[in-house]
Amino acid sequence: MTDASRLKSLGSLSPGAGGTLTRFVANFENGGSQMIDRLREMGFAEGATIELLHQSFFGRDPIAVRVGAMTVALRRREANLIEIRLV
Amino acid sequence: MSTTSLVAVVGNPNCGKSALFNALTGLRQKVANYPGATVERRSGSLLGNSEIELIDLPGSYSLTPRSPDELVTKQVLTGAHINERQPQAILCVIDATNLVQHLRFVLELRSLGLPMVIALNMVDLAERERIVIDVKLLSEKLGVPVIETVAVRKRGLEDLKEQVRKALVTGSTDTVNYGDTLHLRQQAAQQIASAATLSEGIGHRTTRALDRILLHPVLGLFILAALLFTMFQAVFAWAEAPMDLIEGGFTSLKIFFRANLEHGLLLSLLNDGLLAGVGAVVVFLPQIIFLFLFILVLESTGYMARAAFLMDRLMAAAGLNGRAFIPLLSSFACAVPGIMAARSIANEKDRLTTILIAPLMTCSARLPVYTVIISAFIPNKTVAGMFGLKGLVLFGLFILGIVSALIVAAVLKRTVAKGPTDTFMLELPKYQAPNPRFVLTGLYERARLFLKRAGTIILASTVILWVLTLWPSAPDGALRPDVAYSMVGIIGGWLEVIFAPIGFNWEISAALVPGMAAREVAIAALGTVYSLQGSEEMVEAGLVATLNGLWSLPTALSFLVWFVFAPQCLSTIAVTRRETGGWKWPLFMVAYMFALAYTASFITFQTATILLQ
Repeated sequence: MTDASRLKSLGSLSPGAGGTLTRFVANFENGGSQMIDRLREMGFAEGATIELLHQSFFGRDPIAVRVGAMTVALRRREANLIEIRLV
Repeated sequence: MSTTSLVAVVGNPNCGKSALFNALTGLRQKVANYPGATVERRSGSLLGNSEIELIDLPGSYSLTPRSPDELVTKQVLTGAHINERQPQAILCVIDATNLVQHLRFVLELRSLGLPMVIALNMVDLAERERIVIDVKLLSEKLGVPVIETVAVRKRGLEDLKEQVRKALVTGSTDTVNYGDTLHLRQQAAQQIASAATLSEGIGHRTTRALDRILLHPVLGLFILAALLFTMFQAVFAWAEAPMDLIEGGFTSLKIFFRANLEHGLLLSLLNDGLLAGVGAVVVFLPQIIFLFLFILVLESTGYMARAAFLMDRLMAAAGLNGRAFIPLLSSFACAVPGIMAARSIANEKDRLTTILIAPLMTCSARLPVYTVIISAFIPNKTVAGMFGLKGLVLFGLFILGIVSALIVAAVLKRTVAKGPTDTFMLELPKYQAPNPRFVLTGLYERARLFLKRAGTIILASTVILWVLTLWPSAPDGALRPDVAYSMVGIIGGWLEVIFAPIGFNWEISAALVPGMAAREVAIAALGTVYSLQGSEEMVEAGLVATLNGLWSLPTALSFLVWFVFAPQCLSTIAVTRRETGGWKWPLFMVAYMFALAYTASFITFQTATILLQ
C-alpha cells in the first residue's frame, strides 16, 4: 500500500479498522475549527491511537470509536474531520 | 464574610467526581438551585471539618462552556458567578485510567492561579488494568499534591482531606500557563502523562467485551427493547405483592374505624376522604420504587450512554440527537427530573424541544391511573403464551407516549423550535457495577418525595374535595346520590358538557379538576367521589370493582388515552417555567397537550363506541 492510500478519514472506516490520528481536516461544510476543539476535548489528538469499534444498525451512523483509553460516540459527519493513517 | 473556606470539586464527566464528593461530605448535603440559572448547586461540609465547605461543580471537559451547567463551572471557578463566591481552592478529580484526557483539564485549571489538590481516582481500576503511574513524578511535574483515591471504597480520603486543609493554608497560588490553545495544552498533557506513566496497561477488557454485545447493531437493539419491556412487566408483576399488602393495610384501617367510630362526619372524613383518597395513591409506592430502581441502576452502570448511542438515529429522525434520550428515559420515572436533565443538552432549540415533549413520556404518576383502569377493564389473559395482556396494554400506552413524543418533536423542530440540529458526541464511560449507595440514596429520595406529596398536596386536595362533595347538602327526597348535588357535582356537571363527546361522565370531569395538581390525584378524587355515593360493599370492593360496574369500555379507553396526553401536573408546568425562564413555553405546552388529549380521546371514544355497537 502506498503511503497516501493509507490515509483515510475516520468517517469512511468500517468497524475493526483503525490507526493513528494524523491531523484534523477542517472544511466549511462540517463545522470547522469549533468542532475540532470539541473533538480535542473528547480526547482526539494528533498521534492518538484510534479504532472504530461499533456502528449503529440504522445507516451505519453514529459510530463508537476508541480514542486512547476512552470510548467516544459520534456521527460520521464529524468523524470526517479526522484523518487516520491506517495500520 | 463567611468564615468557612469554599473548595470546588471539579473534573471531567465520568471521573467519579460525585462519588468522591459524596464520600467526603457524607449524606448531609445541601442541594439547591442557582437562582436564575437552571443548574443544581450541591454542597456540603467536609466530614470532620465544618470549616471547609465543598461544592460539587458540574462535570466539564474544559473551561469553554458547551452547556448551561458547564457555564456555571467556568463562572464559579473564575469568580464571575453572581451568586457564588470564588472558591479558595480546587479539588480536581481525575481518572487514573484516562490520564492524558483528564490532565489536559488540570493544565487549564492551573492557569486560574488557585491552590489545587488532585485526587487521582479509580486507582484500583488502574491497577486491574495494569496501568502504573509514578504519582510522585506527576505531582512534581504539576506542582501540586496528587493523592491516590478510590472514592467508592473510601481509600485515600484522610490523606486527601489533610492536603485540602494544607492547600487552604499554604497552597501555592502560582499561575502556570501551559499554552493558550487547546492544542498546546493537549501536547503538554501528553508529555506529562507519558513521563509519569510507567506502564500503559491493557485497557478495560470487560467494557470492550460487554460493548461487543450491548452495542451490537442488531443484538444491542433487541437487548435495549427487552430491558425496557422487562422494566414495564416487572413494574406490574413484582410490585403486586407489596401493593396488595399496602391495600390490605388501608382496608383494615377503614374497617377498624367503622367498627370503633360513630357514623358521622369524622368517620366519613377518615374513610371516604383521607383513606380513600391518600390510600388510592400510596398503594403505588412499590411500582414507583421498581421503576426508579431500573432507571438508577441503568444510570449507575454506564448503560444510559449506550442507550443514547443506540437511539441516536431514531432521535435524529425527530430532529434531536441521542443525548436527548437520557432525559426522556428519566421522564419515564418523572418529567420533573427529566426536564432538569435536559440541561446537559447544549443546543438551545434541542433542549426546548426535549423539555416540551418530556411530559409525553409515561411518568410514574400515570401508573396509578393506568393500573386502576387496566385492572378494571382489561381481562387477565395471556397472549402468545407468555405475555400478560394487562402488561401488554401498559406497554402499548408507553409506546403511544413515545411515538407521539417523537412526532411532536419532529413538528416542533420544523416550526416553533426551528434551528440547526446539534450533533451527537458523547463519551461512553466504562461499565461499573451499580453503586448501591447511589441507587439507594436515589430510591430513598424518590420514595420520600412521593410520600411527601401524598402527605401534603394529595392529602390537602382530598380533604378539600371531600368538603366540596358534602357541601351543599342534597335536598330532601333527592333521587340522585347526595354527592351529585354538592359543589363537586355542580362543577362536574358544567365540565361534563365539554367532556361528554369524549365519554367522560360528571364524576370523571369533577376528578380532573383536583387532578391538575398531579395525575394520581385524579384517582384519589375518583376514590372519594365514588366512595361517598356508593354502598358500603362498594367501598370495600375498592375502586377497581366500582369502576368496572359503572364505566363503559369506550369511556375507560378514552380515559386512558386522555392521560397519555393531558398536562395534568402542576409540578411539570412549574419546572418548565423555571427552566425556560418565562410563561411562554409552559403555556404552549399546556395548550398543545390539552388539544392532543381531547382530540385523541374523542377519536378513541367515538371509534370504540361504533365498534362495540
